[in-house]
Amino acid sequence: MRAGPTTPDAIPARPSRLVAVIREMLSRPSGCIGLFLVVAHVILALLSPYFAPFDFKAMNANAILAPPDTTHWLGTDQLGRDILTRTIMGGRQAILVTAIATPLAVAWGGLLGIYLGLAGGRLDDILMRVVDAFLALPWILKMLLMIVTFGTGVGVLIPTLAFFYGIPVIRIARAATQNIVARDFVLAARARGHSRVSIMRRELFGNVLDALMVEGAMRWSWMLLAFTSLSFLGFGVSPPTPDWGLMIADSRNFMAIAPWPAFAPVIALSSLIIGINLTADALAKALGIDRAQAAVH
Amino acid sequence: MLRIFIRRLLLGIATVAIVSGIIFAAVEALPGDACTAILQRDASGERLVNCRRELGLDRPAVTRFVEWASGAVRGDLGISAHNNKPIALLVGDRLKNTLLLAGCSLALGIPLALFLGVLTGLRRDKASDLALSTIAIFAMTIPEFVTATVLIFVFSIWLGWVPGIVTASASSPLSAFFPGIALPVIVLTMVMTAHIMRTVRSSVIDVMNSDYVQMATLKGVPYRQIVLRHALPNALLPAINVIALTVGWLLGGVVVVEKVFNYPGLGHYMIDAISDRDLPVVQAIALIVATAYVGVNLAADLLAMAFNPRLRTLKARSP
Repeated sequence: MRAGPTTPDAIPARPSRLVAVIREMLSRPSGCIGLFLVVAHVILALLSPYFAPFDFKAMNANAILAPPDTTHWLGTDQLGRDILTRTIMGGRQAILVTAIATPLAVAWGGLLGIYLGLAGGRLDDILMRVVDAFLALPWILKMLLMIVTFGTGVGVLIPTLAFFYGIPVIRIARAATQNIVARDFVLAARARGHSRVSIMRRELFGNVLDALMVEGAMRWSWMLLAFTSLSFLGFGVSPPTPDWGLMIADSRNFMAIAPWPAFAPVIALSSLIIGINLTADALAKALGIDRAQAAVH
Repeated sequence: MLRIFIRRLLLGIATVAIVSGIIFAAVEALPGDACTAILQRDASGERLVNCRRELGLDRPAVTRFVEWASGAVRGDLGISAHNNKPIALLVGDRLKNTLLLAGCSLALGIPLALFLGVLTGLRRDKASDLALSTIAIFAMTIPEFVTATVLIFVFSIWLGWVPGIVTASASSPLSAFFPGIALPVIVLTMVMTAHIMRTVRSSVIDVMNSDYVQMATLKGVPYRQIVLRHALPNALLPAINVIALTVGWLLGGVVVVEKVFNYPGLGHYMIDAISDRDLPVVQAIALIVATAYVGVNLAADLLAMAFNPRLRTLKARSP
């Protein structure tokens, strides 16, 4: 119990919205598991080079496709490389690229979407047709064309992913803005003679942010799917850099005689993607957004 | 009604036109052209010039675009740079294979998804709903190549029930065909079912919470009748558009699945064409896929309008 007089100043401050949202997310088991998986994967990606038991590209001709034992806990692959090492380091590229590309995609798509939702008119009509046109092409075609042209480096993949995955965000941000633009407080701001930029900054951003955060979490998971699929198909990370998609692709050739090289990357990749989606779900619920209504990527 | 129909049709055509422009411009921007692909290492000097003149590549891009687009409208997709055969012929068989794969997945997935969606929506937050909804998140977010790898391990290597690589195609006998494509169909069905199911679930929950369902309950209408007569017709409407979006997704998702199972479909061909830089083929496949996407979504919009009179005013339709 608190002793002494309480003045109005001593009333504990209401927890900030961020804290409240995180607390709400942690109140469900699925949110707890999701956040734990995401945080664990990010920490592992950051720190794995410091505690990986082996060199990720060290080959060992005496231990080719060796089953798990006390030296190599998860066995070795077709070149005798340690699978545990390659698995804990195999997400670094994917997480680095997507963790940078996702905020970029949400930022440019969100800004343009909010502007179009507010401005409307002919520009809106034309650009939305272009958005539709881009969405009509399968993601893999768009990505492959860029990769064939410019190569597969991180410097190409980040802007490419950020560009293509920002396009669906335009739609979400535009729709969310159109729901708000008709409200009285936006009308009042217009009547006060605020400029479009000022209305966007002061009235719209805060209200569209929730939808954009949930959208961002989902985009992250789609981007990871795209990135690892490209690696799997041989268009992404180039060997000998460890990558889950690449490891799974390699392991398929030897699956009949040595299935273990596939297990670890499958579990690592699945757990990260499930973690992101559980987090996105929990975030959507905590913010009161119906995520199931969101479009397919 | 007719005005809206025509308006939607024109919008669809405009979208396809923009897509074809984007595809043409993108392929144009790529280094190399059909001639460098045909001549490969000999692509220099007089040979290159001759080849370009022969194929008409020395003319301005706009002329070639108009020619390509008008040819495509008539069903002439040009000539493959890789083996000099008409693309319409090369693409035809593969398109048939892909449609067969997608068709089997849809025939299996849509009824399953509607059933599971209604079931989980009506049993919201009960154990069966939580279990199925969690499985749905797994199914729709784990990359297709991971699911495929796991299924190949379990069903073809471990249990030995079905082949891990598809050797069947549209022309093989049915007894060999269906076990052959079982795994790819299962992979596609899983992802698709999960997407549709989640939307149906959320719309069933919305409708069951609506005033008119409450009214019917208070009036003493039996539960069965509330669900079948009042709730489902309204709850299933949004499914039409999601099914269309999912079919659009299927066109992209099928690429990876076809590659994993080595299935001779359109997506597999697309990846090969991109690796070979067979640009005319890439253009043609992109156009086919985009047209299919726009067409399916257009059909879904019209179908939704036909079933839902509230959508039949210009104001309610926000494109």
